[in-house]
Amino acid sequence: MATAVGTLSHTEDRSRIWEWMTTVDHKKIAALYGVTGFIFFLIGGIEATLVRTQLAVPNGNVIDADLFNQLFTTHALTMIFLAIMPMGASFFNYLIPLQIGARDVAFPRLNALGYWTYLTGAVMLTSSFFLGGAPNGGWFAYAPLTSLEYAAGKNLDFYTVSLLILGVSSLMGSLNFAVTIINMRAPGMTMMRLPVYMWMTLVVSFLLILSLPIITVALVQLYFDRNFGTNFFTPDTGGDPILWQHIFWLFGHPEVYVLILPSMGIVSEVLPVMSRKPLFGYSAIVFAGAAIGVLGFAVWSHHMFTTGLGTVPQIVFSASTMAIGIPTGIKIFNWLGTMYGGNIRFTTATYFSVAFIFLFTIGGISGVMHASPAVDGQHQDSYFVVAHIHYVLFGGAIMGIFSGIFYWFPKMTGRFLDETSGKWTFWLLFVGMNLTFFPMHFLGLAGMPRRIYTYDEGLGWETWNLVATVGVYVIIVGVSIFIVNFFRTMRQPQTAGDNPWDAATLEWATSSPPPEHNFDVVPEVHDRDPLWYNRDHGIAPAAKPEHLHIHLPPPSYMPLVVAMGVALLGIGGLSHVAVAVLGVAVVVYGIWGWALEPTE
Amino acid sequence: MAAAAHDAGHQTSLGVDNRKLLMWIFLASECLFFGTLISTYLIFKGQSLVGPFPGDILDIPLTSTSTFVLLMSSVTMVLAVYGAQHGRLGLMRGMLVATILLGTTFLGFQVYEFRHFGHVGLNLGTNQFGATFFLMTGFHGVHVGVGVLYLTSLLLGSMRRSGLGKERALWVDTAGLYWHFVDVVWIVIFTIVYLIPE
Repeated sequence: MATAVGTLSHTEDRSRIWEWMTTVDHKKIAALYGVTGFIFFLIGGIEATLVRTQLAVPNGNVIDADLFNQLFTTHALTMIFLAIMPMGASFFNYLIPLQIGARDVAFPRLNALGYWTYLTGAVMLTSSFFLGGAPNGGWFAYAPLTSLEYAAGKNLDFYTVSLLILGVSSLMGSLNFAVTIINMRAPGMTMMRLPVYMWMTLVVSFLLILSLPIITVALVQLYFDRNFGTNFFTPDTGGDPILWQHIFWLFGHPEVYVLILPSMGIVSEVLPVMSRKPLFGYSAIVFAGAAIGVLGFAVWSHHMFTTGLGTVPQIVFSASTMAIGIPTGIKIFNWLGTMYGGNIRFTTATYFSVAFIFLFTIGGISGVMHASPAVDGQHQDSYFVVAHIHYVLFGGAIMGIFSGIFYWFPKMTGRFLDETSGKWTFWLLFVGMNLTFFPMHFLGLAGMPRRIYTYDEGLGWETWNLVATVGVYVIIVGVSIFIVNFFRTMRQPQTAGDNPWDAATLEWATSSPPPEHNFDVVPEVHDRDPLWYNRDHGIAPAAKPEHLHIHLPPPSYMPLVVAMGVALLGIGGLSHVAVAVLGVAVVVYGIWGWALEPTE
Repeated sequence: MAAAAHDAGHQTSLGVDNRKLLMWIFLASECLFFGTLISTYLIFKGQSLVGPFPGDILDIPLTSTSTFVLLMSSVTMVLAVYGAQHGRLGLMRGMLVATILLGTTFLGFQVYEFRHFGHVGLNLGTNQFGATFFLMTGFHGVHVGVGVLYLTSLLLGSMRRSGLGKERALWVDTAGLYWHFVDVVWIVIFTIVYLIPE
């Protein structure tokens, strides 16, 4: 039993696909997450384009009502769970060991399992389009729309099962990231010397660790309601539809900070480097990030002001929601303070980061507007809310992610993305995104409800709907230019050098792209901005030792085996219990094989 | 795990092994998992429209016995960890066997209770009590079952020629954290379902 079969020797000849399938290197897993996440970003974009095309003119007939419901639901699920979160996980994976000065994450195989489980859930969710219909109850799937009475098909079962699988994936990733950041820092890297990006990663990890189990229970309850005759959310026999809203938003609100905090971390890395100044108010930004994380658990009912909570809960949740504006404001002023008086380089990464501040502030302000129950009653279920979430998610999260891509691309690949083309992408995304989403404020205030598949002429909604749809096509051009830029750049020679931006954090201390073991010598940290400290104090990088004896974890296919078990379990949940039992058996086999693998 | 855990075993930032830290943080997540299940139970408490109601069918002496069995398994688990830490392998294996048997006995009680409730007409769909009770105690039972599998794996591993290796104490200790957590959750569930009257 001791000679388990999962590991492969380094010398063995293997194909490149097999190498990627069995990799446990955090940089390769980051690439897998990043590319897959971007592909799903495009799929989510196609879904959005269909929705907007249908709404371009009154009484549109591009798609029918049922497909429309599936498309807006899947658009949200895809963008949140299959695109933004995985692209965030991609940066986490790549940067955590490099920024804290470690050779890998704490649990490399668990990391691989996280990716393969994510892929399983993502494929399952998307395949529902071809297997009888995608989820169609909105991404928050309010009861009783999700009950068997109103949703008899498999649509909502795809929702519960694939979100459960994606939750398991995120949980494994988050546990791994939290342990790595807490426990594997380089000598001298105290918590208050961690790069802000690491702090935001840590906060996000804990948000997920503490909120995913909540949605897990809700999804199981919904699954039981639909398949085993329980009545958690159906009112006929004592169930409570509002309970679903409470449990969902207990997860759902921390989740929106899961989407935005990574981008806040990226901006906090890009702006100091591009302004050639240390970050203004490091501890304030860190504590503000942590405060947002804590408060994020105390505001969920602001999604439910119109359900009739009563006066006291409305006041409490209104106040706690407005309180979140304080740490958020602190961050915004700190970023402005960082740029103030700086010798700013206007690179594409800078453009995206500055746009992040501007657009996120708009989304933040409309968010504070909803914090007032009286105002919220007017906005509820209107396009105003759609405008708000897209300003924080597109204007915030996506702009931050693009900033991060342009900033770290030289580190990841050794090549600079083309700046001219990058600025075209920036301006097209910036203009397109404002064209698409700013008019939605007007539409919402003019009474247009969200999630209607068409509307009549003469309601005063025609112009802004058409503008919004034009905006989507502008975004498409911008994203296409980025894709061309990516492929053209990848054919260029690697000329970036170790630290092209003269940045301060540890990932820039190693070569671009970094070797498999990250650092020849684990760096020692003396300051919050280690590379600037070394530069200013004339500390030369440690000499490369003549013989490197660095033991790296061997590749393993056991994560793939366990993920296949999880896939079978999911398929079983949608078809027959026997498949699920087989899935459990495969999972147990995989974990045993995992435990018995030689890792020396 | 190797490169990472390698350095990690000796010099982590906190001085705690990565795997043990992982278990602690995972248990924090589990708190929210059971917290949500227990909250749902409390929210629907007394909301059943039709019987059987909890007062009609709960057998407190029987479940007190199974609770005692589970609590005793925590004692044997502590002794197993002690054996692992002090190199007393016989004690460790014996106590692992005892913990596994006690855990399985608890599961036996639960299977009996579930079947009995089924016979007197309480199922998942009968009323809110059935739905919340079976889901909450069912998930707890699954956790005990996973724990039994976990400890059995360690027991089998310790029977190999190489035993559990240098890190024996760590493996058993970490499994112990999980086992005690599952026990503590049961104390909460037992109190809420069986001891506090409707």
